[in-house]
Amino acid sequence: MNKDMKKPVRKKGAMKRLLAYALKKHRAMFAVIIITIIFSSMASISSSIALKYIVDDIITPAIHSGGMGAVWDKFIGFIVTMGCVYFVGIAAAAAQAQLLNLMTQQIMTDLRCDLFAHMQKLPIKYFDTNNHGDIMSIYTNDIETVRQLISQSLPQVLLSGIMIVMLFFVMLSYSIWLTLVVLAAVTVMILVAKYVGSRSGKHFMRQQKSLGVVEGYIEEMMQGQKVVKVFNHEKKAKEGFDERNDKLFDDAAKANRYANILMPILGNIGNIMYVLVAFVGAVLALTGAFNVSLTGVGVLEVGTVVSFLTMGRSFSMQVSQVSQQVNFIALAQAGSARVFALFDEKTEPDDGYVTLVNAEIDADGNITETSKRTGVWAWKHPHGDGTTTYTRLTGDILLDDVDFCYEEGKPILKNIDVYAHAGEKVAFVGATGAGKTTITNLINRFYDIADGKIRYDGININKIKKADLRRSLGIVLQDTNLFTGTVMDNIRYGRLDATDEECKAAAALAGADSFITRLPDGYDTMLTGDGANLSQGQRQLLAIARAAVADAPVMIMDEATSSIDTRTEQIVQQGTDRLMKGRTVFVIAHRLSTVRKSDVIMVLDHGRIIERGSHDSLIAKKGQYYKLYTGAFELD
Amino acid sequence: MIKKLAGSIRQYKAASILTPVFMLGEVALECVIPLVMKNLIDTMETADSIRPTLIYGGILLALAFASLACGMLSGHFAAIASTGFARNLRKDMYHKIQDFSFANIDKFSTAGLVTRLTVDVSNVQNAFMMLIRMAVRAPLMLIFSVVMTITVSPKLSIIFAVLVPLLAVAMFLLIRSVYPIYRKAFKRYDRFNESIEENVRGMRVVKAYVREDYEKEKFDKESNALRKIFTKSDGILMISTPLMQLAVFTAVLLIASLGSLLIVNTFGGFTIVNGVEIAQFGELSIGGLSSLITYTMQILFSLMMFAMVITMITMSLESARRITEVLEEKSTIVSPENAVKEVESGEIEFDAVGFKYSETAEREALSNIKLKIPSGSTVGIIGGTGSGKTSLVQLIPRLYDVTSGSVKVGGRDVREYDVETLRDAVAMVLQKNTLFSGTVKENMRWGNENATDEEIVYACKLAQADDFVSAMPDGYETHIEQGGANVSGGQKQRLCIARAILKNPKVLILDDSTSAVDTHTDAKLRAAFREGLKDTTKIIIAQRTASVEDADEIIVLDDGKISAVGTHDELLKTSEIYREVYESQNRQGGQDNE
Repeated sequence: MNKDMKKPVRKKGAMKRLLAYALKKHRAMFAVIIITIIFSSMASISSSIALKYIVDDIITPAIHSGGMGAVWDKFIGFIVTMGCVYFVGIAAAAAQAQLLNLMTQQIMTDLRCDLFAHMQKLPIKYFDTNNHGDIMSIYTNDIETVRQLISQSLPQVLLSGIMIVMLFFVMLSYSIWLTLVVLAAVTVMILVAKYVGSRSGKHFMRQQKSLGVVEGYIEEMMQGQKVVKVFNHEKKAKEGFDERNDKLFDDAAKANRYANILMPILGNIGNIMYVLVAFVGAVLALTGAFNVSLTGVGVLEVGTVVSFLTMGRSFSMQVSQVSQQVNFIALAQAGSARVFALFDEKTEPDDGYVTLVNAEIDADGNITETSKRTGVWAWKHPHGDGTTTYTRLTGDILLDDVDFCYEEGKPILKNIDVYAHAGEKVAFVGATGAGKTTITNLINRFYDIADGKIRYDGININKIKKADLRRSLGIVLQDTNLFTGTVMDNIRYGRLDATDEECKAAAALAGADSFITRLPDGYDTMLTGDGANLSQGQRQLLAIARAAVADAPVMIMDEATSSIDTRTEQIVQQGTDRLMKGRTVFVIAHRLSTVRKSDVIMVLDHGRIIERGSHDSLIAKKGQYYKLYTGAFELD
Repeated sequence: MIKKLAGSIRQYKAASILTPVFMLGEVALECVIPLVMKNLIDTMETADSIRPTLIYGGILLALAFASLACGMLSGHFAAIASTGFARNLRKDMYHKIQDFSFANIDKFSTAGLVTRLTVDVSNVQNAFMMLIRMAVRAPLMLIFSVVMTITVSPKLSIIFAVLVPLLAVAMFLLIRSVYPIYRKAFKRYDRFNESIEENVRGMRVVKAYVREDYEKEKFDKESNALRKIFTKSDGILMISTPLMQLAVFTAVLLIASLGSLLIVNTFGGFTIVNGVEIAQFGELSIGGLSSLITYTMQILFSLMMFAMVITMITMSLESARRITEVLEEKSTIVSPENAVKEVESGEIEFDAVGFKYSETAEREALSNIKLKIPSGSTVGIIGGTGSGKTSLVQLIPRLYDVTSGSVKVGGRDVREYDVETLRDAVAMVLQKNTLFSGTVKENMRWGNENATDEEIVYACKLAQADDFVSAMPDGYETHIEQGGANVSGGQKQRLCIARAILKNPKVLILDDSTSAVDTHTDAKLRAAFREGLKDTTKIIIAQRTASVEDADEIIVLDDGKISAVGTHDELLKTSEIYREVYESQNRQGGQDNE
């Protein structure tokens, strides 16, 4: 099911954990389900016994005595008994089906919710280093295998297992010789199932791999489909596709062939066994040979052989039912291993205890905590001795000799010193990979620094609770992500209790109001597929509006206006300047017109800050910034 | 829809027919086997020697082997037919997509097309396999078994005449009532998965705004809603299990009791042959009773299979519909009959052009555009976000068709040309451009399959890409990763331009294609164009006025209309928009004018 088999996940124990997880909340229900399974399997088996009974104890005496008269009571008793047994069996089957459905759906929901809740707590690193398609496939393919296991394979194996055990003893009670014949045939069946199963498994793996190749090709070519059209490259694209598609067909045909022939093979081994049992039975019955059974020693009767045949058939059918489940169980094992691998990912640690509060400052400069939004914030700092102090949030951020690397041995930032004084607009410029975005990732602790210190209003940011730290930083990213919902919902994402008026004001501030009002349903326009119906520039305007409504004391704009034309950008800048008056703003941009008005500009190169100063002073210096500005140097 | 899909079976018709043919054999044999069994049991009871048992046993074994052969062959052909069908479906769809116009591509999302080519095809493949194997097996089994019960005991077979239709109606009602719920449930499930994807993709936003708990709540709500709807639909479907059992048990009980009465009441007494009592059965024998029970199981089992097939096929209908949608989509842009196969010159004319992306769109993306661009000239286009720059140039290589008016290239309406001819003559570097995995050279050959190494180097030199390509360790053999991930944005743009130059076009359109290229290189690029592409009409869309200031003519677009046309100097005087754009980029209030 999963195309990504590269990742080594420990399969061992996954099944055990899954069962433990599944049963944790549903012990009672599971016990009831097992009881219903036992009842319904007993009802099924009694069909075979009933046949023997009616032949031996009712029909045979009746024809010998010349009529039903003598066995009439027995006959009525039989009908009533069987009626009751069947009624119980049907009731059990009905209860089992409904309970199993309830339980499966509940387990699936719990599993999904727990998994999602756990995922929300994972560090950004997890999402940066794992393929998103892969994460998705845990929620779709892998959980689907679990559903298959709980709702089908598990009850089927339980049912068949119980039936097999019961049938085995019943068969033994009829005839040991005949049972041996059945056992021999079943052994052959298991061996064949194992052989064919492993063959088909191998080809299914190949099929999944080829499917991955085809999917990859489609994905890449489709992303560039418009380029294909512009270059009249359709024919080549078709050829490339056909080649990969044919390979997939080859593997799929083989895999399915093995899967398809398993049932006829097992079924006919069952048939052959049926013949053998009949033959052996006939020989034994005719020759009056000694029959040994659990119930004693005697002569094999024809009626016994007849009902034994039905039983032998049920027995072999149950065995092939179980063999059919083996593939699903193996899939579920791999699936649950991946599910639990996600559960085992370590969550983002948070040892912070300093929190962010709204504050009021009286004439003497005393800070008091308040629940109102005052536009003034303070850090609440509890101390070991039980006292609490408040520090006013001014947006003074200091990076002191910071080193950082994403991967061991590949340093991204070296000896970085950044000082953003309260209320300053600080800009970072530099080529891709110079480390601009990394600095902001460190300030909001998406990643933790390797060495050095980061202080926020004099407080080490490791002491600040992550949620409060992030709440204090309004971030607009280059890659805007919007969510399914209305335009209004998307803006309100910045602050959930914002009124419609506040959202609209934020949109106006961000220069987004004019295009929103021209959308078919204005602020109520539904956005789907990450805002696919908007242009990149419009999406960026919405992201800025979202940050504006959050009204955070410090703002980080990472290439936030890169797709907005320079005229509109000026409107956006005027708006954000008004909003952030007196507050600290970090700007990362590739377009120099975006950063020119900043108080401090830092030029980054290969993880180091190579120049810093105002636009005028840097131009006067005629260094790297000057070269960038005059276009002598390519930025990306 | 079925007809459309069936058209993709083609070379697998034989396999698709052989599958049910062999299945027919297998089912026939499976049904005959219990009949022979009955004879075997009956001879066992009457005969005194092992011979008849041996004969019947032998026949039975032969039948089992024949059934095995039929089963394996049918399985083999089923695998080929269904996977082959899937292969053709993918192929037909993919080939169809290649014929799609931009408007068609816009209609289906990339993700949507990928799903159709993979998940939907495999759903249809499974349903098809089910259809050719089980849909033949189930009714055949049913008919055979019913016929057999009639031959064994016409009286008792009346039980089935009553039970089978009752059960069939019940199953039909069940499936009919559950299908609409499933459709709803699966749609919801799709949306649910999309929302997970959205969350994973937007995790930075979620964390930046500390919305983890909010997302969890949203998810829990959705996932519980999903649980409710699936509990309901599966719950209804699961009624079929006890229903089936009810039918089986009723049939078995009726046959066992009525059957024994029949045996006893029509019993003809014993005859003594060679001192052994031989029973003379009337309308039903003991063996007959046993095989009747076997047929009961078979009849009801085949009904269950029938129900399963119907469920599976109805569930795959949605996938089938989505595939047909692609197969039946008509390309909005096709070459006319007697198409013109040569483009005379790079002269372009827009005559009162109006354009909308869809008929239902309220606003025109472009309205009343009148333009004349002489062959070989350079034209710049400037305008704000959403002003219609890209829409305008996309009409030239006929990526979209105008809604009103006409676009002419080389003096002829673009709709008169063979599409391939036109696009070979009009090269366009798209705004959202991409390179494909392969070497630099392979990527360049997209422009011209037969380009010599010299031609490639020349094009790269013109596009200012030769310097950095030559500096790469493997030069022109350097491997480019998917989407061009291993070259910088500016380098990628220059490679894309080189690729377009290789087409040796009459018209070259750059849609904001030098945004990541530094101003210096940008200027060199334009100088090279002037020298190297004298006869080519060059149309340059740019954000930076610097990129267009030396153009012969600059068009200022605003809100889908031409706001001003002129040279750089003229526009600085006449166009307020142009002046504002220029000033926003060049002199902030004049104080930093070095």
